[in-house]
Amino acid sequence: MSATTLEPGVSRARLGLRAAMIAAVAILAAFPILNQLPQDSVFHVSDFLVSVSGKWICYAILALSLDLAWGYAGILSLGHGAFFALGGYCMGMHLMRLIGPRGVYGHPVLPDFMVFLGYQELPWYWLGFNHFAFAMLMVLLVPGFLALVLGWLCFRSRITGVYLSIITQAMTYALMLAFFRNDMGFGGNNGFTDFKELLGMPLNTGTARAALFYASLVTLVAAYLLCRWMTGTKYGRVLTAIRDAENRVRFLGYDTTSHKLFAFVVSAMLAGLAGALYVPQVGIINPGEFSPGNSIEAVIWVAVGGRGTLVGAALGAFSVNGLKTWLTSAAPDLWLFVLGALFVAVTLFLPKGLIGLMQGRGK
Amino acid sequence: MIGRRLYLDGVSVIFDGFRALNNLALVVEPGEMRAVIGPNGAGKTTMMDVITGKTRPTTGVVTFGDLDLTRMDEASIANLGIGRKFQKPTVFDALTVFENLELALKAPRGPVPCLRWLLPAPGRARIEEVMTETGLTERAYDRAGILSHGQKQWLEIGMLMMQEPDLMLVDEPVAGMTDAETEHTAKLLARIAGRHSVVVVEHDLEFVRALGCKVTVLSEGTVLSEGSIDHVQNDPRVVEVYLGR
Amino acid sequence: MGRAPARPIRTVMKRILLLLILLAASALPAHAQDAFVSALSGLGGNFNAQAEATARLGSLGDARALPALRALSEGRLLRTADGTLLIREGSGLVDAATGAPVAAPDPEPQRISINNRVRAALRGALGQLQILSTDPAERLAAAEAVFRTRSADNIPLLETALGRETVPRIKDQLALALAASRLVSPDRAAKLAGIAALGEGSSAEARSLLLEARAANADLTEQIDGAIASIDRRLAVRRVAETAFQGLSLGSVLLLAALGLAVTFGVMGVINMAHGEFVMLGAYTTVIVQDLLRDVPALQPWSLPLAVPAAFLVTAAAGALMERGLIRHLYGRPLETLLMTFGVGMMIQQAVRLIFGAQNREVISPPWMQGTLLLPFDIPVTANRLWILCFSLVVFGLIVAAIRFTRFGLEMRAVTQRRPIAAAMGIRTGRVDALTFAFGSGIAGIAGVALSQIDNVSPNLGTGYIIDSFLVVVFGGVGSLAGTLIAAFGLGVINKMLEPWAGAVLAKVFVLVAVMIFIQRRPRGLFPQKGRAAEA
Repeated sequence: MSATTLEPGVSRARLGLRAAMIAAVAILAAFPILNQLPQDSVFHVSDFLVSVSGKWICYAILALSLDLAWGYAGILSLGHGAFFALGGYCMGMHLMRLIGPRGVYGHPVLPDFMVFLGYQELPWYWLGFNHFAFAMLMVLLVPGFLALVLGWLCFRSRITGVYLSIITQAMTYALMLAFFRNDMGFGGNNGFTDFKELLGMPLNTGTARAALFYASLVTLVAAYLLCRWMTGTKYGRVLTAIRDAENRVRFLGYDTTSHKLFAFVVSAMLAGLAGALYVPQVGIINPGEFSPGNSIEAVIWVAVGGRGTLVGAALGAFSVNGLKTWLTSAAPDLWLFVLGALFVAVTLFLPKGLIGLMQGRGK
Repeated sequence: MIGRRLYLDGVSVIFDGFRALNNLALVVEPGEMRAVIGPNGAGKTTMMDVITGKTRPTTGVVTFGDLDLTRMDEASIANLGIGRKFQKPTVFDALTVFENLELALKAPRGPVPCLRWLLPAPGRARIEEVMTETGLTERAYDRAGILSHGQKQWLEIGMLMMQEPDLMLVDEPVAGMTDAETEHTAKLLARIAGRHSVVVVEHDLEFVRALGCKVTVLSEGTVLSEGSIDHVQNDPRVVEVYLGR
Repeated sequence: MGRAPARPIRTVMKRILLLLILLAASALPAHAQDAFVSALSGLGGNFNAQAEATARLGSLGDARALPALRALSEGRLLRTADGTLLIREGSGLVDAATGAPVAAPDPEPQRISINNRVRAALRGALGQLQILSTDPAERLAAAEAVFRTRSADNIPLLETALGRETVPRIKDQLALALAASRLVSPDRAAKLAGIAALGEGSSAEARSLLLEARAANADLTEQIDGAIASIDRRLAVRRVAETAFQGLSLGSVLLLAALGLAVTFGVMGVINMAHGEFVMLGAYTTVIVQDLLRDVPALQPWSLPLAVPAAFLVTAAAGALMERGLIRHLYGRPLETLLMTFGVGMMIQQAVRLIFGAQNREVISPPWMQGTLLLPFDIPVTANRLWILCFSLVVFGLIVAAIRFTRFGLEMRAVTQRRPIAAAMGIRTGRVDALTFAFGSGIAGIAGVALSQIDNVSPNLGTGYIIDSFLVVVFGGVGSLAGTLIAAFGLGVINKMLEPWAGAVLAKVFVLVAVMIFIQRRPRGLFPQKGRAAEA
């Protein structure tokens, strides 16, 4: 596949990293099982830790997708949260349809908020979401389509760098404003919540939690393998080349627009998938997910872990969110300082992130 | 190889009122080597930009064979068989020498073919051949970012060779090189010249003399003189431009 | 039944009125006195007589009738056994004709009752008489009352009142009432005059009057339609002007927020995501200045003008610190700069939240910034919006002047255009970078002072402005201050134009999307920097 042979030192570091990765996945996979142990066991994993690490796995998928766009293709998207949220909304629509007549108003088809807002029938864009397969397709297609349109417009006009970043940020901001409106048909301010079941499983049970946890973990591993395969081929090297000197790639005869577009769309779809896995685990989706701050936070996960390395992106998602979960309960006032300081520290002192730090020591 | 003829006529490029090219005419026959010289700001690089689609001419005709280059983008022009080496060497620092050459190798350029790409044996042989020619074999698996200035220039010429273009545009290949490196580069270009049309933009008159080809002198965006190196060096207008100011 | 015109009358007013009545009585010729007295006596008769007398008193235009008519409408007019009319004033009694106090007669005088017909007549008559009152507010109310009761009988009275009136607003209302009264007059010429006069106005009231008259006057349809059309034109103009002002006002806010960015991003090329937080710091500086001046009453009205330089200094210092301490290490790496400054913004926001609390802080507007003004075409504008509009233009002018005419501006342009050459010519580029960034940040602080007047001063004040500001700068063309000006006002006006039919949120979404598409078509904005230097 790749013609590259590695220096022995680097390859040893890589092997170590791979072992650590497999170990980390194995430990994560054991969480729901350890959750079954009696409470007083040393190995007992609390419900809280299971559910919170399920969320982190979704964030790690988002981080991977962002790294594909930013770390490899050089597209710093400050709007990846929008793709995540759109995937989440598609899943949310499916979950809302599954509530059926169990809503507060007991309407057989319409979700509660629609009954409340006086809808007579389901808007056309809600049709089909009662089918799981259709909803899953939309989870991929809706973010993918948005990325296709936005990317096509931007890349074709050669909008790059901070301009692209600002446009993606404006996109998620515009979507947030739009989704806050009640007449969009997406529940306005409150979004969707009070989900009952998914694929026949009641959502508030330990089984469902474990199932969603494993689904997320499998998706994370699959997403990692997909990204690894993509970046390992010549396509990945074209992306890297585009990131470093796009004009030069054009003069080699590559249509950089289509290459970037491909990466951006795949990345958006992965983000959508992450959102779709996230929503049933947290039990709510609302327009706040579109807020530009969320997207930028995702960027900092990647930066902290190490952009341009897939493991780094996932590592960053876990470590920053772990820190966040701990700090927001231990010292809530400090968290935003720490997050802000992370932005500053990583950009000034750790351009290669935690992975760079480890590799630097390995050499 | 059936080459195509590069034809420029009446080409003007106006930036914000400033005429970078002014009614420029140039014909390069298939297989020909041509040197283009001229003082700073004469429009040499702009001419390259126009041919490769980076800059659209305000007016004028630019054709390659029977194809209108003014309507195509950089990638399509490159795929037609027009390769370019930049004044400032631009190689992909994060990739190895081998990978740089592999990217330049003539092959389908779309995302899907790239994803399914497996380097075929003839391709590998070609890469190795070019590495030998440019003297980069020993550095095959080094990242391009750590090469010396001269090696980067050769790598870029090598990438140009990988593209197997009908026409090569080479912008100041020996700028900043040592004498030994300059000599090596001249030999490299001379070897290539038989197989492709080559347009070399250069300041260094000795280097141009070493190439031994027809010379076009540009000044203020237009052709001042054309002919052998001796002819243009004795042209009073050229003398005035180079020395008179 | 309509709204009762009875208003509480203040004692002072009563004294003045009585005085006036006495003066007027002594000045009036004898026969007018007779007419007044004889008409007045009718108020004591039956309902028919009361209504007639009321109408007569109203059209006589004799101000002495006012107290009696008011007393009648308020149930304070009394009749003695011998038919003399008395008015109850508080605990005492006065003679209705002379206004002289009288002792309580025996037997007890009777209260005169009225019916609806009399009540209607009273409204008209009171309106007619109050038109001549000395109190402008009363005159205005009276003009409105007469307008509502419109009757051809009022024409002479209104003409007199109009001739005397000096207050423009009352004059307009009187003219409207006169035109309305003429419209119902039996005289065709008067009707035409009324139509013409109404057609010159621009009120929705006049329009509905004309529509009403159109049904009753089939022969005048053409003229009436013409008048309605001219009102519609004027109303349309006013709506456009109103929208334009709102748009310009929004534009001035965008301009203020974007100007600092136009310097730091547009001129220097540094992407500062903490820009919004600098705006917020400016707003908080305003709060602090105001708090500091709390004990100095003399300076209190000046707290806002004093906050301007204070905010400039505070945010400029913050900017200089940030440039020297952090940003300068990331020159040439815009994406890293973006992330780093975002982090700084986050920390500033959290610091302010911890120090000042998360809730909104109150900023007091000085008196000269309060209230509403009427511009030509009757466009209502709030004073603070108008001030901010002017202020934004002044700030813009000062920035342009600073860049164009000062030594600092020259060095700044030199450094941003050709850094090595500028350095070679002895300009200390690092110092110029710091000053330029401080300058841009200081402008953000000034914007914060202005925004504190119309927005909630809270720690996340700046978040709302950052995306808008960037779009304005990019839309206008990076590096072009004139472009920023035009983009800010253009976007403001477009936004407000869309609002009536799209709603505020959707209008904003539309504008965002439109700007995004525009930037994709013309990545360098409305006023691109030209030449080869712009090609990266």
